[in-house]
Amino acid sequence: MKALLKYREVWLLVAIVVLIGLISMRFPGFANPANLRQVFNDTSILMILALGQMVVILTRSIDLSMASNLCITGMVVAMLNAAHPTIPIPLLIVIALLVGLVLGAINGLLVWRLNIPSIVVTLGTLTIYRGATFVISGGAWVNADQMSPDFIGLQRAAFLGIPVLSWIAILVNALFFLLMTRTALGRSIYAIGVNPTASVYAGIDVGRTKFIVFCISGMIGGLCGYLWISRYVIASVEVANGYELNIIAACVIGGISIAGGIGSVGGAVLGALFLGIISNALPVINISPFWQMAISGSAIILAVVLNARGERRQGRIILKKAEAA
Amino acid sequence: MDTTAQLNPTTEQPLAAAPRLTLSGISKSFPGVRALHDVSLSLYPGQVTALIGENGAGKSTLVKIMTGIYQPDAGTISIDGKAVTLPSAHAAFGHGITAIHQETVLFDDLTVAENIFLGHAPRSRFGTIDWRTMRKNAREVLDTMGAGHIDADARLKDLGIANKHLVAVARAMSIDAQIVIMDEPTAALSLKEIEELFLLIEFLKSEGKAILFISHKFDEIYRIADRYTVFRDGEMVGEGLIRDAGQSQIVRMMVGRAVDHIFPQRKAEIGAPVLTVSGLSHPTEFDDIGFELHRGEILGFYGLVGAGRSEVMQAIAGITRTSSGTITLEGKSIAPKSAADSIDAGIVYVPEERGKQGVVIGLPIFQNISLPSLKRTSKSGMLRLAEEFALARSYTERLDLRASSLSQDVGTLSGGNQQKIVIAKWLATAPKVIILDEPTKGIDIGSKAAVHGFMAELVAQGLSVIMVSSELPEILGMSDRVIVMREGRIASVYDNKGLDAETLVKTAAGIAA
Repeated sequence: MKALLKYREVWLLVAIVVLIGLISMRFPGFANPANLRQVFNDTSILMILALGQMVVILTRSIDLSMASNLCITGMVVAMLNAAHPTIPIPLLIVIALLVGLVLGAINGLLVWRLNIPSIVVTLGTLTIYRGATFVISGGAWVNADQMSPDFIGLQRAAFLGIPVLSWIAILVNALFFLLMTRTALGRSIYAIGVNPTASVYAGIDVGRTKFIVFCISGMIGGLCGYLWISRYVIASVEVANGYELNIIAACVIGGISIAGGIGSVGGAVLGALFLGIISNALPVINISPFWQMAISGSAIILAVVLNARGERRQGRIILKKAEAA
Repeated sequence: MDTTAQLNPTTEQPLAAAPRLTLSGISKSFPGVRALHDVSLSLYPGQVTALIGENGAGKSTLVKIMTGIYQPDAGTISIDGKAVTLPSAHAAFGHGITAIHQETVLFDDLTVAENIFLGHAPRSRFGTIDWRTMRKNAREVLDTMGAGHIDADARLKDLGIANKHLVAVARAMSIDAQIVIMDEPTAALSLKEIEELFLLIEFLKSEGKAILFISHKFDEIYRIADRYTVFRDGEMVGEGLIRDAGQSQIVRMMVGRAVDHIFPQRKAEIGAPVLTVSGLSHPTEFDDIGFELHRGEILGFYGLVGAGRSEVMQAIAGITRTSSGTITLEGKSIAPKSAADSIDAGIVYVPEERGKQGVVIGLPIFQNISLPSLKRTSKSGMLRLAEEFALARSYTERLDLRASSLSQDVGTLSGGNQQKIVIAKWLATAPKVIILDEPTKGIDIGSKAAVHGFMAELVAQGLSVIMVSSELPEILGMSDRVIVMREGRIASVYDNKGLDAETLVKTAAGIAA
């Protein structure tokens, strides 16, 4: 199965290279390193969000509230920064993580303790969190001129020629890679996604593990709240409205099975990059943004079809071996 | 073939001699398992034939062949003397064969009338369903059966199981089915409902239907059946008229068998009690269960399916809760609230359903084996892959597992090898007590021997084993003592010295010896 997963990611990587090649034919500058670095930086937030969503989807759940979480956490840190510009930015980031964690924990507790399907829980909190943003802000915006230079400047600072935002994405990637391949929690996440019943018998607390993955996606939503607001320098109730679908799209294109248990960090990253390249490239080659939606949508369906075929092929292998045995 | 009772048409009422349905020379194999070998069965109009056999004797496979779900590898099926093939469930239905299962397979959200006529509803001139005629016909069918109390417009989910059975029978009547198979229809019914079902069977007999009745309960068989056919290990071992055969005679046919499998010899060195269970009760599943398990002992649990054996074991393993009772492990009282608690205490439960509860298909072998031991193979949450591999390797070698690599997906292994992995994964937690629920169900002879050999090795090392099994040779061949459960209670405890299969079957079925 690992070989197959690799195959799937390699396939996606090839698709991305082909895509870059096609775009370069119309716009030769696209493939140069400086531009690709820019594309990576532009995609960083989506990539981080997709990783948070991935751990949830792996456990056969879904977090629809991530974008709303991002919105309210972004508003909280923006208002704090506007009111108290002296609060150091690292502390603000910690606050963003904690606010996100609390919001994620609410989702997790409802899923765990009340046994409500996650799609229902997070559909509810999606609306609640966005509504709460309106309540705390009174509907007002926080504009660029109200934010401190540090607040805006941190992610733009370059380190070794690469913006801090990209470094944060790389760091989060590394942490998730460790989580999924080297920790007992990561192993449990895969196990309960593949076979929840057998996991219960193996002594894994399925409910608690789900609670933890919602805490993780919540923290990621919170972190991205700060990153998003400081990048687009405006905090409002409309921030990232509907963006949860882009996050899920990145996961699905990246080969993460909505049925749970199948998917990898590499897949989520490539899925996000695929969407990032499309949204970056189409405007420069003069294709209407509406086509962008159609292309993303087709990519999702294509990815699901290919993944379904991959899984079916796996089934045939089992049968063949069973016959031989 | 050992035909113990002979057909004798001259006594009492005359019984029709020409069978409606005849199966002859039917064989069916699955990879690694021979389910049926050269079996024959005849069903006669106006008569009930009871199909009797232990679990795994091949009854369900035969039903599936008769209803067109499985195709036989060899043999012929004929109806009224004419050879037929049943390539699909639809074809069987077309030949007037219908089955009523333990849990009725009908549609909960459709009405009674819709369920009765699904697939052959009366049509109007325009090709749409003629609802009025359908309701009228449904009521007529129910009335003729004496089931007029069922509202044809009621949703099926609002009916009890007994009434659902009646609807299933009405469906059979509506297609004018001549052959009715009843697969343990009484399993979920109350005594009163069983009586009603028997009245209905009498009615079907009077209508000239040929009925196959499958049940584990001897009182029911003697109450309703005219004929019997006994299966054992996929072969037909006897048939005849019920009135000519005694219960003991039938039990002997069910269990008597040549030794085809040699169980490992072991020196019993039974030590002090390790696990003591007393007064363990559950609101609905079992009551007042008490027993002791000694060091180095294999304690067999025998009983009919549904006797509550697995439920007791799941309670001891922390998977389900109990209402009262105590569990003592090595002198310490434990109250496991989750499987993790039991594993920590040293009790592991190897579940019966290998695919659903045991292996995690999609994960590689080594990850399956280390799953319940993650606490030990990781350090402050970080996995130590080298330790995981070492753990997996030591247990797969002991169990003689054949796989090309420990990173291979368990889904690519055969059933026998998957079972070895399931056992390995629990042993890797270094338990004191291991509970095996149907450890060799559905696996090939070679893997069976490996599992049995390994059990003997385990107890020799001082582990204690509880083995829940419905296979008599396994119970008799492996256990030091045998506990027989019946209807959620312990019926009897036997020392396995000169214990015979008949005693166990009679105790499990509640037949006075």
